[in-house]
Amino acid sequence: MEENKNVLLCGVGGQGTILASRLIALAAMEKGMEARGAETIGMSQRGGSVVSHVRTGRNIHSPLIPHGKADVIIGFEPAEAVRCLPYLKKGGCMVVCPSAIKPVTAALSDSGYDGSQAMEYLKAVVQKLSVVDGQAICGACGSPKVLNVALLGAAVASGLTGVSLEEMEAAIRKRVPEKFKEMNLKALRLGAEAQKQGSM
Amino acid sequence: MKTFLMGNEAIGLGALHAGVQVAAGYPGTPSTEVLETIAKNKPGDVYVEWSVNEKAAMEVAAAAAYTGARTMVTMKQVGLNVASDPLMSLAYVGVKGGMIVLVADDPGPISSQTEQDTRHFAQFAKLPVFDPSSPEEAYEMVEDAFAVSEKYHTPVILRSTTRVCHGCAGIQLKERQAPKKPEGFIKDANRWVIFPRLSFANHKMIEDRLPQMGNDLGLLLYNQLWGRGRKGIITGGISYEYVMEALDGFENVRVLKVGTPHPFPEELALTFLDGLTEVMAVEELDPVLEKELLTVCGKHHRNVSIKGKISGHVQRAGENTVESVKQVLKDFLKEEGFGREPEAADTKEGPACPPLPIRPPVLCAGCPHRGAFYAVKRAMEQMEGVEGVYCGDIGCYTLGNAKPLDMVDTCLCMGAGITMAQGLQRVEPDKKYFAFVGDSTFFASAITGIVNAVYNEAELTVCILDNSTTAMTGHQPHPGTGKTMMGHVVEKVDITKVLEGIGVRHIETVNPLDLSASIDVVSRMAELPGVKAVIFKSPCAAIVKPEGLCVIDQERCVQCRECIREIGCPALVMDGDAVRIAPSLCTGCGLCTQVCSVGAIERKAGR
Repeated sequence: MEENKNVLLCGVGGQGTILASRLIALAAMEKGMEARGAETIGMSQRGGSVVSHVRTGRNIHSPLIPHGKADVIIGFEPAEAVRCLPYLKKGGCMVVCPSAIKPVTAALSDSGYDGSQAMEYLKAVVQKLSVVDGQAICGACGSPKVLNVALLGAAVASGLTGVSLEEMEAAIRKRVPEKFKEMNLKALRLGAEAQKQGSM
Repeated sequence: MKTFLMGNEAIGLGALHAGVQVAAGYPGTPSTEVLETIAKNKPGDVYVEWSVNEKAAMEVAAAAAYTGARTMVTMKQVGLNVASDPLMSLAYVGVKGGMIVLVADDPGPISSQTEQDTRHFAQFAKLPVFDPSSPEEAYEMVEDAFAVSEKYHTPVILRSTTRVCHGCAGIQLKERQAPKKPEGFIKDANRWVIFPRLSFANHKMIEDRLPQMGNDLGLLLYNQLWGRGRKGIITGGISYEYVMEALDGFENVRVLKVGTPHPFPEELALTFLDGLTEVMAVEELDPVLEKELLTVCGKHHRNVSIKGKISGHVQRAGENTVESVKQVLKDFLKEEGFGREPEAADTKEGPACPPLPIRPPVLCAGCPHRGAFYAVKRAMEQMEGVEGVYCGDIGCYTLGNAKPLDMVDTCLCMGAGITMAQGLQRVEPDKKYFAFVGDSTFFASAITGIVNAVYNEAELTVCILDNSTTAMTGHQPHPGTGKTMMGHVVEKVDITKVLEGIGVRHIETVNPLDLSASIDVVSRMAELPGVKAVIFKSPCAAIVKPEGLCVIDQERCVQCRECIREIGCPALVMDGDAVRIAPSLCTGCGLCTQVCSVGAIERKAGR
């Protein structure tokens, strides 16, 4: 029987965490696992911090992952990744895109947030950290919208999501509209390759 | 194969599969997706509408159920306050077809004004309430709630909470039962016309049946009792899942899960209490189960110590989590041997956590509301010696409170801005009052407030932020959009004509993205006596394709950051010392080009 797996995706509203979390759930369900999850919807979508939880396996109760139980955290943004660090399990892995998204308040108050301190911190404290240049993959695929799938590729390549790369490809083929399919499959592969190179 | 669905989708599909024929509602997080799911998946024989507000929706669904049809009305918890007038009376009159009142509560609160508990409303109105703990249970409950509604001829509340509404699970869907042809509305003044005599008779009937109904509902599978030992946990809703996750197989405790908290399943509770010395009530929002159990203990002289929110063992406000529940149970079940240390996060010894940016929600880049707020702000800055007071309302534009705009001084509930401005003015008539209201909120509950202002000779400028949609909840149609939930194109209800009709003498429409024209209109209107209206008309940036892009000429830019300080558009970002415009966010609205004092920002047509 498959082990229970918890994947937490965090970023800023509009980065595509919801589709990525659904793909994980679908891929897991395709092979007979149960899936649960939870999304941030509402006011916080307007440029706020968003978190998607996905839990797969058996006998899962809470839709939210408890602290210290995430096998994988996919950080779409450095500060958001730091914010969600308490969820990471012992031996768990974090995939993070180093490109910072500055909040409007940062531009106003000149707090100087640029993500670099957050990245330094993650490198210092997370044992299994994969830094994935999502922007570069988006560039290579020709769309800023594939960041989610690129990071998903890296997460799957960690081997800790409970879903294989082939199973994720199948989920993308099933779920993503035809005209974006190839682009997303490419992003998934590039993400997986980047994980192998970017791991610490 | 199971389908991976969000709780709200499950409820919507559950209603369709149980043969709902009429569904109405008003959007509000976390309830909105229920009605949207019904609209998206409905066969031809189902009618669905976004009503102008929750009261209208409740009445539409109630009367439809008078015919024998199955109906549903959907809203968020504060929406039930608006719909409470029809609901309280409807509880006495009753229905013929099954009627579900779907109300989504929001512990936290995450996207709401209050942490009110709809289970209280069920007690107050003496209505049965179902409280699902998961999306799949919510799906199953819909069918049973309809059956209970029809058995007792009463509306039934299905009370969900955010983590169930927006939680996802794999659900085994059933075949749809085609709706039966309803008997139709049979005239009967002794049944459908509420008079004191009928109210007295029905009140007595309802009180008489509640205890038995509670025990009947207690037999449903949503109520479960298991475990052993001298201590017990009573729980329900999402907190039940947190309890199960926290217990993680620990068995030396008795658990009572309550899925139908009102009328309270007293017999089941007595069985639960047998042999127990202490009980912990784990629930969100108010201590409803805890109080019910205290009542049962008092009534039956049971010497059991009931703990929970009232006793101070469980947090009174905010949502529960697995962690918070585990902490409560660790203390409560210490002698029973519960509570291993939680696994710590996998972190090496390292530096202290850096400061993290806070990300309060903000008006989107290109949002026309920014232009409207900014124009009023500038116009008032030009009127020396006069203080402006800005009464806000519920919607995306509540975010006009954020710096640097800082243009929302009050916000209470739907439609309140207009009437609150009047109240303030009665005591301090020398200030200039502005009430901001969105187009959907205008139709929902602002019109009566404007009539009040006109009739009672208020001095007030109503600023209608008409972005042609209900933006905050995900772009639902409303009477001003000319589209219905059935997909029909209908004549738009014209805001200007409504205002003219209720006696507003001075009405002007302006594009909020044209700054000088907007300032000019506001300045003129603010000087006029009586009730005036400015309609700021420009579509929501999220529903129109951007047609341009703004670019900063770095040669001309003097890095004064005036643009950021004045309008705070999220597309204006600092790149070292340089100010840049993020092309992925900019919609080309051009407001910033009108703010820059050195003319360094240019709007380019096309993308």
